[in-house]
Amino acid sequence: MIVAGVDIGSLSGEAVIIKDDDILSYSIVRTGAHSAKTAEKATEEALKKTSLSFKDIEYTVATGYGRIVVPFANENITEISCHAKGANYLFPSVRTILDMGGQDCKAIRCNETGKVTNFAMNDKCAAGTGRFCDVMAEVLDIPLEEIGEVSLQAEKAAMVSSACAVFAKSEVVTLLRSGSPKSEILSGIHEAIADRVFGLLQRVGIEKDFIITGGIAKNIGVVKKIAGKAGLEPLISEEPQIVGALGAALFAKERYNKG
Amino acid sequence: MIVNYGYADASGDYYIVINTDKCDGCGDCIAACPQNILELAEDDYGDVVVKVRDQVRSKVGYVCPGFNPGCSKNKVNCRSVCKHDVISHTW
Repeated sequence: MIVAGVDIGSLSGEAVIIKDDDILSYSIVRTGAHSAKTAEKATEEALKKTSLSFKDIEYTVATGYGRIVVPFANENITEISCHAKGANYLFPSVRTILDMGGQDCKAIRCNETGKVTNFAMNDKCAAGTGRFCDVMAEVLDIPLEEIGEVSLQAEKAAMVSSACAVFAKSEVVTLLRSGSPKSEILSGIHEAIADRVFGLLQRVGIEKDFIITGGIAKNIGVVKKIAGKAGLEPLISEEPQIVGALGAALFAKERYNKG
Repeated sequence: MIVNYGYADASGDYYIVINTDKCDGCGDCIAACPQNILELAEDDYGDVVVKVRDQVRSKVGYVCPGFNPGCSKNKVNCRSVCKHDVISHTW
């Protein structure tokens, strides 16, 4: 049995293809203006790494922000449930998930079967999201992939009081002008992000094991700050961006088997 | 499942907390809400339960008057009509 999960986020799209119990392949693409095309592109990219074609996929579940406009999906399921299911497959011991996506951030609690028991989401502002990191990396003129490592070189964190992307940007410009080292500014930015998402985590309660998913899980600076606040070392999967799509594929398998 | 609809910002916590495990889908709270914030919908696990409408989620603090400062003063409100204590507010 071959099924697919497609996660159309605000900044990136992912597809995961599952054969029986194993992950066959996956892909990550940038989200274009058309969610439907992003979904197609992601699925095609994932298929390219296999010997399969579109018609071999027996069931598809779409998730994420753009899930309702994936034309070839049999069903759509919220990214909350998909993240819990994906995380449970990768690490069955996980009970708390922090998904830090492109434009929102979610704290999720789940049980031993991967079913969501409690969740809170911040979709009001860009704080604690990939977009926030994007903007800061641009202001500091450091590639996004490097800001995590660079921040670790700081001896202390600069004071960035606002986790609002707009206000924090002007604070950072002021800090740069006053000659603060970029590493310390980044450390301050990561501190502000961690503060913000920690509030979300406290709302649902943190129970181990704890996993961080989404693109920001690749930012070691943010991960370390959150670990410090939570008092728990978070698990990070090999590819934290595909957890939602993986969950969608696992739902697809379940729904297909049910007929 | 406990669902926290809303957000925290500099002025406070604005969450409507819904315990869907206790909800029987009767819909009484929907009629009781003066702001028409609530609706019934099927969740990912196939249960029809009450939720906060998607359009309201990011402005809950502005649309919902809150419980203590707002609807607790009304004879009928989303909490008074609920037999199972499904809904709570953080403000």
